[in-house]
Amino acid sequence: MTHILSLLVENKFGVLSRVAGLFSGRGFNIEALSVAPTQDPSVSQMTIVTSGDDRVIEQITKQLNKMIDIIKVSDFSDKDYVLREVALIKVSAKGADREEALRIATIFRAKVVDSSPTTYTIEVTGDDKKIEAIVNLLRPLGIKELVRSGPIAILREDKNK
Amino acid sequence: MKLSGAEIFVETLKKEGVKVLFGYPGGVVLPIFDVLYHEKEIRLILPRHEQAAVHMADGYARSTGNVGVALATSGPGATNTVTGIATAFMDSIPIVVFTGQVPTPMIGVDAFQEADIVGITRPCTKYNYLVKNTADLPYIIKEAFYIASKGRPGPVLVDLPRDVLANKADFVYPETVSLRSYNPTYIGNRWQIKKAADAILKAKKPVIYAGGGVISSNASQELKELAEFTEIPVTLTLMGLGGFPGDHPLFLGMLGMHGTYAANMTIHNSDLIIAIGARFDDRVTGRVKDFAPNAKIIHIDIDPTSIRKSVHVDIPIVGDVRLVLIDLLKELKSMKETNEVIEEARKHWAKQIKDWQKEHPLWYEYDDEVIKPQFVIEKIFEITKGDAIISTEVGQNQMWTAQFYKFLKPRTWLTSGGLGTMGYGFPAALGAQAAFPNKLVFDIAGDGSIQMNIQELATAVIERLNVKVAILNNSCLGMVRQWQELFYGERYSGIDLGEVPDFVKVAEAYGAVGFKAVKPSEVEPVIKEAIKIKKPVLMDFRIDRMEKVFPMVPAGAAIHEMIFLEKKKKTEKMKVVR
Repeated sequence: MTHILSLLVENKFGVLSRVAGLFSGRGFNIEALSVAPTQDPSVSQMTIVTSGDDRVIEQITKQLNKMIDIIKVSDFSDKDYVLREVALIKVSAKGADREEALRIATIFRAKVVDSSPTTYTIEVTGDDKKIEAIVNLLRPLGIKELVRSGPIAILREDKNK
Repeated sequence: MKLSGAEIFVETLKKEGVKVLFGYPGGVVLPIFDVLYHEKEIRLILPRHEQAAVHMADGYARSTGNVGVALATSGPGATNTVTGIATAFMDSIPIVVFTGQVPTPMIGVDAFQEADIVGITRPCTKYNYLVKNTADLPYIIKEAFYIASKGRPGPVLVDLPRDVLANKADFVYPETVSLRSYNPTYIGNRWQIKKAADAILKAKKPVIYAGGGVISSNASQELKELAEFTEIPVTLTLMGLGGFPGDHPLFLGMLGMHGTYAANMTIHNSDLIIAIGARFDDRVTGRVKDFAPNAKIIHIDIDPTSIRKSVHVDIPIVGDVRLVLIDLLKELKSMKETNEVIEEARKHWAKQIKDWQKEHPLWYEYDDEVIKPQFVIEKIFEITKGDAIISTEVGQNQMWTAQFYKFLKPRTWLTSGGLGTMGYGFPAALGAQAAFPNKLVFDIAGDGSIQMNIQELATAVIERLNVKVAILNNSCLGMVRQWQELFYGERYSGIDLGEVPDFVKVAEAYGAVGFKAVKPSEVEPVIKEAIKIKKPVLMDFRIDRMEKVFPMVPAGAAIHEMIFLEKKKKTEKMKVVR
């Protein structure tokens, strides 16, 4: 089963390599990973998408918790969270396809961030299902390049508080 | 006043209470050696190989309980430390290894003697540092000692670029360490301890399985109290030996692949295993899915990752072993209910265990012509009365020692359990001897392993570290030979070491003393003479080449599926031609 782990780590050089090394050294999977500093510049936030049975996930969380540079580990999987990913899609757009590309972008509330006589570059934000969907619709036009950021996630605040 | 990085380094070590430094010089660490030239409080021991320096620091740490410290130069000096670091990592030994590094502006340009040692050792250290500013040295070194020794101990590496050592900065020694991201749990959870005490009272067939955590948390006294108060038998892992007296009536011996039959049967048939500072290593569990099928498991460990890593645990207790045992004992003493059914079952259990002990005790066939290795080990125990520090190499010598030497006290046993590093024992013994100059220190070795760090004879002689090395010499790599005999149709491949070298001459060449014993009657006089001589001694015991370590759990079997030494008829006896 897929799990989303959110880590707060010391913002030091080598931390990413320690985390990546832990996963590769112990045979755990990383499906996606993103890192960036938080509002406190000494702390970075990492979102890791991983998978495994309960025992593997328990080991992963324990091993991460044990690492000296990791301040906090949260598993979002059984919690209510918001997840977003950004994709930049460079799509072929000539003649009538230019209209079609724009229509698809509008449906997905995506933006055209660059354009040339034969292409559009479309920026879309959402969870992986939404990104898959727009990619599938754009594919017949001819996708020249696709870049995805990997997901980031944040817990939803308790509405009853 | 501003001090150079090298001066700050030495001052900080002194503040950390370092008395002995095992260090090998080289280009980039020259500033440190220049400071050490005038240093009176720290004894510098110069090994002959950086790997040995780390094993020495490790032996020092295991025998004293304090952090051991080694120093090497950049590049090859640093890479040579890796085996020593990995050895300490697998056995959770607190050491700090300092390596030199090329000056910071040159890092990454493939400079002479440059190696990314922080990258190389990332998976085999508890933590490691590259120091970038001279002013950071005191707090980084303090943190390194803190991380190495607190929680589950382990090795920490600190990489010191040459310019960091040469530059000057104010020396400000921090009195405390606080790491927001590292706060081990020491006190066990109250409720879990209550649950554990309850399970212990209700168990009909309980057993204590204790490991190296008992040694690292100095909990052997508490373990003894627990065993005696509850009258529960104790088995120890290889790493745990010495954590419970080897001559205690409740002691079952070591468990696992070369454990005793009684220990393995007790574990296999138990209804409650109290695991204390042990990690259910594959050499202990055998085939995991058939491990102790009817047992509930209580697992006490400071490292949460050790719990439920390979076996299911019913009552996990995260905490320092000693502190948890104190709380558990308190809880048990407050409960004090007696139950006749349980008492009756316990009596039956004790009797069952006695029967197993009688059925297959540890034994070997004594021979009056050929020296049996177990006989040598028994003699060492007898002559020293168990009052010695014993290290071993890895292989048959290690298993025979674990089986036949009765370890009475903690921190008298130095062996590479997790990594299984041949060449560990001799330098580790030297490290222990440096810590305890007046104690008797033995390295029980094989003729293969001893040759992996035999150059340290020079260190022993020059530093007057009068370790006694007992080589159980079978002219081959005995453990490999044993596996080839039992599981590879006696196709002996790559194990013959020949009768080379002449160990007596090797000892003499280094200025040590060498003895050779061929007959069993020579064993005792040689050991006694070696102890008397105030020099390092190499004893070459020519043992039965075909002797094997028994009993044994074959690879992939469950731990109750053991194979035993069969009694041979006199005529079949292996003749060893020398």
